[in-house]
Amino acid sequence: MRRLLLLPAVVAVAACTTAPSVSEHPKPSPRELEEVTAVLKRDFRARGQATMDRVELDEVQRLCNLHADNPPAELARPIEETQLKAIPFPAGSMMGDWKNGEKIAQSGRGAMWSDKPGVQEGGSCYNCHQISPKETAFGTIGPSLAGYGKTRGNRPEIQRYVYGKIYNSKAYNACSQMPRLGHSKTLNEQQIKDLVALLLDPASPVNQ
Amino acid sequence: MAGPMKMRATLNGGFTDVRVLMTHPMATEQQTKGKPHFIQNLTVKLNGKIVIEGEISQAVSRNPVFSFRLNGGAKGDKIEVSWLDNKGDTNKTETAVA
Amino acid sequence: MRTVIGSAALALAFAPALAQQSPYAEYQRMARESAPVELFELAGEEAWKKKQGPKNVSLEQCDLGQGPGVLKGAYASLPRYFKDTDRVMDLETRLLHCMMTLQGRSREEATKRVFGNADNASEMEVLSAYIAGHSHGMPMRPGTSHAKEKAAYQLGQKLFFHRAGSWDFSCASCHGEEDKRIRMSGLPVLYKPQVARPLIATWPAYRVSNSQFKTMQWRMNDCYRQMRMPEPMFGSEAMVSLVHFLTVTAQGEPYRGPAIKR
Repeated sequence: MRRLLLLPAVVAVAACTTAPSVSEHPKPSPRELEEVTAVLKRDFRARGQATMDRVELDEVQRLCNLHADNPPAELARPIEETQLKAIPFPAGSMMGDWKNGEKIAQSGRGAMWSDKPGVQEGGSCYNCHQISPKETAFGTIGPSLAGYGKTRGNRPEIQRYVYGKIYNSKAYNACSQMPRLGHSKTLNEQQIKDLVALLLDPASPVNQ
Repeated sequence: MAGPMKMRATLNGGFTDVRVLMTHPMATEQQTKGKPHFIQNLTVKLNGKIVIEGEISQAVSRNPVFSFRLNGGAKGDKIEVSWLDNKGDTNKTETAVA
Repeated sequence: MRTVIGSAALALAFAPALAQQSPYAEYQRMARESAPVELFELAGEEAWKKKQGPKNVSLEQCDLGQGPGVLKGAYASLPRYFKDTDRVMDLETRLLHCMMTLQGRSREEATKRVFGNADNASEMEVLSAYIAGHSHGMPMRPGTSHAKEKAAYQLGQKLFFHRAGSWDFSCASCHGEEDKRIRMSGLPVLYKPQVARPLIATWPAYRVSNSQFKTMQWRMNDCYRQMRMPEPMFGSEAMVSLVHFLTVTAQGEPYRGPAIKR
């Protein structure tokens, strides 16, 4: 009871005190970046499938960290190109089974130290995107993908773009917040094809 | 098995407000695949006399908190709350009205 | 008199009449009223006073920054620099230090089970509940003047924005933009003081979704798990620095925990 009564008073006091000055998103120097990696190597440990090589930065992570996710185009473009070149696009149709794609999109599991490798891997798609109209518990970090194929069709070029974007989002936007689901070996070729179908198959609930 | 309980009883106008916390898994049929474990009976005594006998179900969450208001009461009155679960475990706590 | 009662019905019956509210706000209010936090505080008091370890002593002489055994306001002034260890420590790191020095316990033994489960909370969790409860209502004032405190803030800030791991995530990937959510959970922008304040000032906390009492070190640990990173070591400089950065960002807020959270 005492606690509840105290609350309005203390909130009023809090509103009067000045907030500390916090710089929004600082850009580390290359040396500072190395220091952070050294701290991670010292203070983290491998657990399950989450091995210590994960703290090493690749060219994408290095670029985005150094430029606070906003690199100049002349630095971003060559990196996007090398990322794009490294995508092993499958030959032929990239449309898998949208029903299985929906399951993968729903699952938030995969690649964590608590996950068994090769079991229940998901794309965590609904964590950030609106996709099928049937799922109302969707996140908003990424854009809505509702009706994605309805407006774009499913020509080979569109399939290729969607496959590539899921495989390696950084090939199209170097500092995208979206994980590189194929590049990181979280999802395999068939799973990505199933997600392509979820977005592009005319029979998928996404396009109803 | 019986974890701690905590109770507070305060005089409030002509009433006694009681809040009691109890440690219990309150495991449902579904969670345990047919071996639920939950408090079934709750008894409140005022100076040794039963004033509430309650039945609760699996629908109540883990570590339940109950609050209720008794008519009347005076400083120093003894309130006792006890529970009995479906496995026969029991626990009780007692406090004086403040 | 025979009454059939249920917690939800009771909570409602005695709630003041409320104006139209979102169902989530209503859920939060009801959760707050039925928080079993005090049970963990009770268990924590027992753990604080329990004689154990090779030296068979309790933690009652542990110095959390306000002098040996002083609990009042201790949590609200952490993390801070400690001269005896020459490093910045948060509550859990300091408790571990006391277990090792006062009680003579080994790091291995004392950290074997720092995160508990619904059936059995850990010693660290109940101790955190008990100690944090002694700072209720006091403004959060982590140490900010010592050079090592400044360095901890700087490192914590860098860690917050540092993208790494299989999924290229930093803390800011989820906690860096306003009005975003994962599934239905709102994502607080934790480097903004006005957002960080009410949240940081309510840990440690009882989580209704899994009926567990959880600490800040656990919160950091579970975020890194979901970030697809390796596991941060309990009480490491990296984790203390991150907790320090978040607490300094929230400084000035009256401590309102241990609270209840989703």
